[in-house]
Amino acid sequence: MTPTPQSKSAAAIDAAAGEGRSAFIGYLPAGYPDKETSIQAAIALIENGADILEVGIPYSDPVMDGPVIQQATTEVLARGFRISEVFDIVKAVTDATGAAVLVMTYYNLIDRMGAEEFARRLVEAGGAGAITPDLIPDEAQDWIAATDKYGLDRVFLSAPTSSPERTQLVAQASRGFVYGVSIMGVTGARDSVSDLAAQVVRASKAAGAQRVCVGLGVSARSHVEEIGSYADGVIVGTALVTALRDGGAEAVGQLARELSGKS
Amino acid sequence: MTTQYRDAAGPYFGDYGGRWMPESLVAALDEVADTFAKAKADPEFTQEYFRLCREYTGRPSLLTEVKRFAAEAGRARIFLKREDLNHTGSHKINNVLGQALIARRLGKTRLIAETGAGQHGVATATAAALFGMECVVYMGSADTRRQALNVARMQLLGAEVIPVDHGAQTLKDAINEALRDWVASVDTTHYVLGTVAGPHPFPEMVRWFHQVIGEEAREQILAQTGRLPDAVAACVGGGSNAIGIFHGFLDDPDVELFGYEAGGDGVATGRHASAITLGRSGVLHGARSYLMQDEDGQTVDSHSISAGLDYPSVGPQHAYLSDQGRVTYQPVTDAECMSAFESLCRTEGIIPAIESAHALAGAARLSAEWGSEGAAKVIVVNLSGRGDKDVATAAEWFDLLPDQDTEDQSEDSGAPNIGVQA
Repeated sequence: MTPTPQSKSAAAIDAAAGEGRSAFIGYLPAGYPDKETSIQAAIALIENGADILEVGIPYSDPVMDGPVIQQATTEVLARGFRISEVFDIVKAVTDATGAAVLVMTYYNLIDRMGAEEFARRLVEAGGAGAITPDLIPDEAQDWIAATDKYGLDRVFLSAPTSSPERTQLVAQASRGFVYGVSIMGVTGARDSVSDLAAQVVRASKAAGAQRVCVGLGVSARSHVEEIGSYADGVIVGTALVTALRDGGAEAVGQLARELSGKS
Repeated sequence: MTTQYRDAAGPYFGDYGGRWMPESLVAALDEVADTFAKAKADPEFTQEYFRLCREYTGRPSLLTEVKRFAAEAGRARIFLKREDLNHTGSHKINNVLGQALIARRLGKTRLIAETGAGQHGVATATAAALFGMECVVYMGSADTRRQALNVARMQLLGAEVIPVDHGAQTLKDAINEALRDWVASVDTTHYVLGTVAGPHPFPEMVRWFHQVIGEEAREQILAQTGRLPDAVAACVGGGSNAIGIFHGFLDDPDVELFGYEAGGDGVATGRHASAITLGRSGVLHGARSYLMQDEDGQTVDSHSISAGLDYPSVGPQHAYLSDQGRVTYQPVTDAECMSAFESLCRTEGIIPAIESAHALAGAARLSAEWGSEGAAKVIVVNLSGRGDKDVATAAEWFDLLPDQDTEDQSEDSGAPNIGVQA
């Protein structure tokens, strides 16, 4: 991992560490259920304890997403969502909170716009960088060049099945943090945290990653505490999307307080 | 013979191919690639594979000249490579038997697959039964309705068929769901991808198992006519039957190669599946290739009367061969396809798969374009599958079914509309 003082997500993770805790990273889909509510929900999430916001860009073929997130993003696409909306949301949330905002996107959406243009618009909106779940460093020459040029974080995933060589490749290519995949599967709330997560964090750290955050299947305060004992950050997605679906921005704020241990 | 295009190895075919996949699956892809590379060099493996081709599939498949069909189309002689005569009724069995052998080498006990028309699902269910493996097939809900009998076939063969309700409910969505299964089950499960798309090593591996089509066809046409053909025609969805037959002729520069994509209602209508004709470079399901996508990069739903061609991308080697100009890709509309379907049924007593009828229509068009020059020419068409599964679709197209709605019944409703509508 390239140590870069200007990495917004690294700074947010380090600030949490300074308070003796791991960072809390919350995911919400862009434009769900509508543009304005998604901005309000993101602001509520940050004001109630999230250190970093992850904004998912709805995509037609989300192979890493489980039913809850698929359903949400399908609805967003069905109402005629256009990608420019994402940059508006990133800007609105960044302006309102100053938090580090990453987008989470399947790579074809970046590819279609062009890696350089996508990075330029993301920087312009005040974004911190991107998490790319279906992009491995082996295929990422364009994205690495674009994020280098604009100083954006690029978060690659490390999996329980990654070999030591691949773990090292991911650690070296990532900037901001490494996304440690805690389970073999797609997004979705689960009852318990797999012990694979700790192994992924250990392996990534041994391979040189300075910051490793863990996601997939995290849905309760107890998971956050457990993962927080060994990881630099904990990523929650589906549970927040469910809260937004059922209770709007207010419910997102409430769950964020619970997850971050503030209530 | 010099090799310019034959035996192309992955992961890249020019600018196309690669592994645009979640990191979680990369170890499995590495394992499959490594196992396949060793297996194809291992005589024990190749002997077992070709034994199954002979003794189970029924290879070599015939090369049949279709004089009456050819005479309706134009002057050229037309020969059909009869993959429809394979066990399970299509070329798909070639790939599935190969991958089941690979799965056994990998120690995997469960096979999963996506299917569109159901041919690949049936083939995978068949191989799972033969090898004593568990089998789950993902199929878009729209396709389970248009191919209900194939769903029953898969169930009879012991497979579980899971309808996929997401997205367009067709082939691409079935692949998404199969990938979601695989990422959670990769310890025990091999994903038998059914076409030459997807991440490395699938495009290269699936092609290798289908190369037998082109090798046989080349020998057979030389034996039956004493010469190489002027053209080889195949339908292209993902492109597995096409690459299989093309491969035998890729380095014969005098043999023109034609891939026929599903033109649906016509490419101008937007309701089609002609990824090469109208697509742009993009990444889907693990490969960079031509892709039907909107300005934002969202996949555009494809449309075809044939569930098996209803895919918005195409195998990366086809994208490369198109860019190189080695293969010409053209759309064939539903109407042209069904006209050729009807013609082959009536003139030759062979009911083709609707997928394969796209290739027949393309060959007929080619022969017509050649005019009198066609008299000296020979076309080999890959008849990739038989049409038993398509009888319901064809009966509906040609209005052969008793009218369900009495209000719509007109005086001539009992008369078959064959040859008129198309």
